Amino acid sequence: MALAVGCRARPGKAGDNKTGSWRVFKPVFDHEKCSKCGMCQTLCPEGCIHETNEGFFDPDYAYCKGCGLCAVECPKNAIEMKQEEK
Amino acid sequence: MMQMTEGSHAVAEAVRLCRPQVISAYPITPQTHIVEALADFVANCKLDAEYITVDSELSALSACVGASAAGSRTYSATTSQGLALMNEVCFNAAGMRLPIVMSIANRAMGAPLSIWNDMQDSISMRDAGWLQFYSEDNQEATDLHFIAYKVAEDHSIQLPALVCFDGFILSHTYEPVDILSQDDADRYLPKFAPAERLDAADPISFGMYATPEYYLEFRYEMDRAQKRAKEVIAKAGKEFGTLFGRDYSALIEGYKIEDAETAIVAMGSICGTVKDAIDEMRADGKKVGLVKIRVFRPFPTEEIAKMLAHVKRVAVLDKNISLGSKGATALEVRDALYGTDGVSVKGYVLGLGGRDVRKRDIKAIVSLCEKGVGDQFYGLRQEVL
Amino acid sequence: MACKTCELFDSGHRACGGCGAALAARLVTKAAGTETIVVSSTGCMEVFSTPYPETAWKVPWIHSLFENAAAVASGIEASLKKQGRKEKVVIMAGDGATFDIGMVCISGAFERGHDFTYICYDNEAYMNTGIQRSGATPYDASTTTSPAGSCSFGNKRPKKDMPQILAAHGAPYVATASIAYPADLMQKVEKAINTKGPCYVQVHAPCCTGWGFEGEQTIAISKLAIETGLWVNYEMVDGTVTKVKKVVRKPVEEYLKTQKRFRHLFKPKRQDAEIAAIQTIADRNAVKYGIDIQLKKE
Repeated sequence: MALAVGCRARPGKAGDNKTGSWRVFKPVFDHEKCSKCGMCQTLCPEGCIHETNEGFFDPDYAYCKGCGLCAVECPKNAIEMKQEEK
Repeated sequence: MMQMTEGSHAVAEAVRLCRPQVISAYPITPQTHIVEALADFVANCKLDAEYITVDSELSALSACVGASAAGSRTYSATTSQGLALMNEVCFNAAGMRLPIVMSIANRAMGAPLSIWNDMQDSISMRDAGWLQFYSEDNQEATDLHFIAYKVAEDHSIQLPALVCFDGFILSHTYEPVDILSQDDADRYLPKFAPAERLDAADPISFGMYATPEYYLEFRYEMDRAQKRAKEVIAKAGKEFGTLFGRDYSALIEGYKIEDAETAIVAMGSICGTVKDAIDEMRADGKKVGLVKIRVFRPFPTEEIAKMLAHVKRVAVLDKNISLGSKGATALEVRDALYGTDGVSVKGYVLGLGGRDVRKRDIKAIVSLCEKGVGDQFYGLRQEVL
Repeated sequence: MACKTCELFDSGHRACGGCGAALAARLVTKAAGTETIVVSSTGCMEVFSTPYPETAWKVPWIHSLFENAAAVASGIEASLKKQGRKEKVVIMAGDGATFDIGMVCISGAFERGHDFTYICYDNEAYMNTGIQRSGATPYDASTTTSPAGSCSFGNKRPKKDMPQILAAHGAPYVATASIAYPADLMQKVEKAINTKGPCYVQVHAPCCTGWGFEGEQTIAISKLAIETGLWVNYEMVDGTVTKVKKVVRKPVEEYLKTQKRFRHLFKPKRQDAEIAAIQTIADRNAVKYGIDIQLKKE
């Protein structure tokens, strides 16, 4: 890719940076407990929690940094932070 | 149309004819008449532009950055302290490759405070990446604005440009100037059509940061654009000449240089005085000529080397000084002639802070040069030292 | 127009895990929608979102310098006006860029009345350069240039009241918001964008790295700031406070003890006088804005 004049870029390449590799702990989502409030999706600083077809929520582990915010804020305690097996 | 008008007004007319969409204005002597004239045009519907009375020169050029990135042809003017205050933005605008055109009514840098002419201001920011044009008279100051926009906006260049003309000496002097008609201006300078702009239809991030893996290459590309500008200036200048009879294709112009033994190299309004002095010296049998530099960035290194190859000695006039070293033009001319045998180059720092330079001073400098005396300040008032 | 389901701030950005500012960027761009041009100042948000060639911004975006976002936005606004274009201009700048180095440009732009929205994400220090004190740093907070030590309790000055300063410039809409209440934040941003003239929204965006707490606590701590009265969420229309978030107030200690930047107020020795001084700040906010919920007495 040629050098962009003026150090500019179109969107898309941020997605190449798989920040999931930063993780130590991994959020595990329990759909049994989930009330579909969507708070996790709203509050994720990465924007990597997505709604499933059934209306539940799952993180995109390619980008999830494991910060644990979703787990703390989930009103149903449906998210648990587990140490990741490497 | 010929008009007997003040330099600032002629420049304001040229800017009006270039149809900028956004003008940012902050007053500073001796540029003020330009922005006042433009305000007057806008207030009387002679110029359809957004006119922003900014809060400082820093904001002035920053507003131009925004306007240019959003897709508007944009303009500002400043000098001296104002140019220094926006120094950071100058580097930024060039690095962001935005084709802003800015007039500089050249003025000395403080301290000590001086409102009078020299070229310290624009010369001191020669590293920033802007194209730099210098005017000998008000006609050049006027015409160079059209050329500056055309070259700056060329997709192969995309660099901002300074059009410099000496404060007070040109800005506040009345000269007959041919002002183009709007039709002629439109014919020469079409609507601004940037390669990219801020646009929701095609989102782009402008002004990202560059890690060590990329920064060197970005600066290299800017330098290449500067070097490419020589051809683009030649083409734009030639087209101007074909359409309007005044050719600006050359980055430098020789005056009675072909058979000269002593060459004077100079820039700006001083060239008028130098030409008159040369005519008188020639009448006395001295073979003196002038190399007038009209484009300082990109520096016409090869062109100067070629034009001076045959002379015996060169007197370079600098209305600027890199304190602790020499005048900027003298250093660049020496560099251009490096490797050329038999040419002696001497620099003279003169005219700082509005100190008048007369024909007799030019003759005195030529005499000094003939004696091999140079690389000094010329015209010091020993009685005040 | 707002686009609540849009993700206009891409994953893959380099913010710390749990970053309040990253969340603010997501929420603001949702509230703003696709027809927006974002102007960023130099700072955390700009740096973690745009290392060439990776950009997280899916709307047109420009970064020029640290201090000049308001001036750049002025130029964009003028250009759009001249071109007859409808995109909205939204500035996103940190507290350092806003309260300190950007004052000249901001004051000029607000005085001139440009039609744009200025969002300040306030993490209360120069975070990108490693946590230095800004005009937004609260009283007694420890930063690297206002460190707590044997001869100092940290930052000696209270927060500059930026919202009031901009209201005094005649800004038609000024609000404070917090990532703790995302719906409220988005509503305020949307209102600011749809109000003609220069509008300002100051968003509290706690910084886990700079304040010294675990990223998972970012929202909880944002809430505590409001519940203790050290941060007040309110709106001002034409200079008059119109809406305030009321709370059942907690003592400031509950907020202070959660963060390393206030640790020196508790260890090695509890600093009662300093904690009382901070309580006074909260009490004054409570009176000034009327934040206390009056509990009904039996």
